[in-house]
Amino acid sequence: MTQREALQQQAEQRQQVLDAFSHHLLVCAGLGCLHNDEIIKALRKEIAAQGLEQQILVRKAGCMGLCALGPLVLVLPDAVYYQTVTPQDAGEIVAALGKEPVQRLLLPADLPFFSKQQKKVLALSGRIDPENIDDYLAAGGYASAVNAITAMSPPEILRIVGESGLRGRGGAGYPTGLKWATVAQAAGERKYLICNADEGDPGAFMDRSVLESTPHAVLEGMLIAAYAVGAHTGFIYVRAEYPLAVKRLQLAIREAERNRLLGQGVCGTSFDFTVQLRLGAGAFVCGEETALIESIEGRRGTPRPKPPYPAENGLWGSPTLINNVETYANIPLIIARGAAWFAAQGTEQSKGTKVFALTGRIKHAGLVEVPMGMTLREIVFEIGGGIPDGHAFKAVQTGGPSGGCIPAEHLDAPISYESLSALGSIMGSGGMIVMDDTSNMVDIVKYFMEFCMEESCGKCVPCRVGTAQIHSLLQKFCDRQASADDLAALETLCDLVKTTSLCGLGQSAPNPVLSTLKYFRQEYLDRMADPSGPHQEGQL
Amino acid sequence: MPTPPSDLHLQDKRWETIDRVMRRHDFRQDALIETLHAAQDAFGYLDADTLRHIAARLKTPPSKVYGVVTFYNHFKTKPKGEHTLVVCTGTACHVKGNDRVLAWMEEHYQLKPGDTTTDNRISLLEVRCVGACALAPVVIADGSIIAKKSLAESTAMIREWLNDAA
Repeated sequence: MTQREALQQQAEQRQQVLDAFSHHLLVCAGLGCLHNDEIIKALRKEIAAQGLEQQILVRKAGCMGLCALGPLVLVLPDAVYYQTVTPQDAGEIVAALGKEPVQRLLLPADLPFFSKQQKKVLALSGRIDPENIDDYLAAGGYASAVNAITAMSPPEILRIVGESGLRGRGGAGYPTGLKWATVAQAAGERKYLICNADEGDPGAFMDRSVLESTPHAVLEGMLIAAYAVGAHTGFIYVRAEYPLAVKRLQLAIREAERNRLLGQGVCGTSFDFTVQLRLGAGAFVCGEETALIESIEGRRGTPRPKPPYPAENGLWGSPTLINNVETYANIPLIIARGAAWFAAQGTEQSKGTKVFALTGRIKHAGLVEVPMGMTLREIVFEIGGGIPDGHAFKAVQTGGPSGGCIPAEHLDAPISYESLSALGSIMGSGGMIVMDDTSNMVDIVKYFMEFCMEESCGKCVPCRVGTAQIHSLLQKFCDRQASADDLAALETLCDLVKTTSLCGLGQSAPNPVLSTLKYFRQEYLDRMADPSGPHQEGQL
Repeated sequence: MPTPPSDLHLQDKRWETIDRVMRRHDFRQDALIETLHAAQDAFGYLDADTLRHIAARLKTPPSKVYGVVTFYNHFKTKPKGEHTLVVCTGTACHVKGNDRVLAWMEEHYQLKPGDTTTDNRISLLEVRCVGACALAPVVIADGSIIAKKSLAESTAMIREWLNDAA
């Protein structure tokens, strides 16, 4: 039996086991659903007490998205979601199987939060057990990688990824196919692959969720990429603040090795690929690719000047492919369904779907996946359910400390790399924080600048000194001590830091200030020392 | 030259785990951060002796080891108190009021992030976002998450948790 057939058999066997149960109870076991282990225990106990172990299977699952109403339990095949479940609800949930669902816990079936989303990367999230490779195999997992490695040539894969139009999901939006082709063509015997899982934007948890829910999808994407560019060693650089994601990745790597999907002679071919984990240590700047490489090499995470780019001169001086978690997670889908399928979704320049972490002052906070081109209004008011407690929408912040605040008048802007950038923000990695009329924009901006100031690595002067100076100017606004000169200095300084900093951290740090100066200028003017005095802006 | 670690230090079984990490990386200098993680997991923090020992084993200047330790927020050079309260300072938690939780801690316990009470009972730490943003504001008391609470509820729970009705 070939390795391919063995994996297929393993997948079929698991499917048979799963099919033997009349009902499945999937319990979200992500970080966001607290006490899920107790719920699982309570459900299993109830099922055992009723002697229904052969009919009902309780499974641990990944994130189902609607974290605000968690812990969530999904009943299959009925596709019924229960919200805010507690261990005490176990009896009622089990008793209702095959009958009317428990109304008290039921989430409406037509909730826009679910119906408006298009889950591709997250399709298996919340549907399979992230700690069981057989679950992933049974859902068709690793078929793309096996097919790619045993039946496709690297140039063919590069062509498909290029034609798909996929762009980097870490935020900058660089065309993935182009990056891969550069690494594939780069001279050098040894090449490396890196998965950037150093999700540092505060308010963003897309990558955590993908790693916790479908770690094998990320490994599969890395495997295909490694084969396409000719790398034999891969690293996943993951935040130490994500212990559950780390644990599941470690397990996934071990299980993939055991099934000869990683290691020497992948799938019975002559292709070798090993993956190692590297833990981050709480430095935001390490999300920048060259800083991340420095950190893997055991040093302080200070960025290197570019060029040379990592694609030519990266880890230990070798050509290195570095992509984000979500980018890799898209790859198995593109290989399975083709470039045209992927390119058919989204906008002209921004293809596919994007995962966002929708949080802040919003009713249905959680993790969502939408096609590029959907408007911010649809995301905030339909999927997100709008602003709670009768407050008014004020702004949505995208791109974390590198992004900007988008006001109500631009809510109809479609989500794409270009349109967000035109609004003075960025796509970023996918954090989307909603603010209402209780949020003070100068305070929020000061918060982001304090973050950038503390996280500046100190290597280049514009960022090290500039962020501190911008922060002290913002403090003056907060203390109502600012003058018209301070406002002018703030704008000059933002421009200087943006244009002269070495890496993306400094180059984008002024974005929150600039976007709020553009859309919420009055809030700055209101906080000047003498807002009504002769020094008001425009009267100098 | 780095000072050799004391015998006492080496007798500690926890050093075996740390040495194993270095050995797995053939004592290469790029094992530094991995080794520091292992050492902090074992001892709770990184003291000068530990850093000197790691520097010597990896043939890395102590200044470089210290530079790395102080660069990364995750590494601590001071021991923690009996209990640890971690306040998430991510954006969603900030928007939902965790800045006021920190202000309250300073007012009532004279604690700033990174501080430990003089009786060594409570350490206050801040973390840059634990990624549980839908549960904001998030405070973590000895590893358990206190989620979605108002300022009054959070502070009441912290008080209760600290068994301090004052």
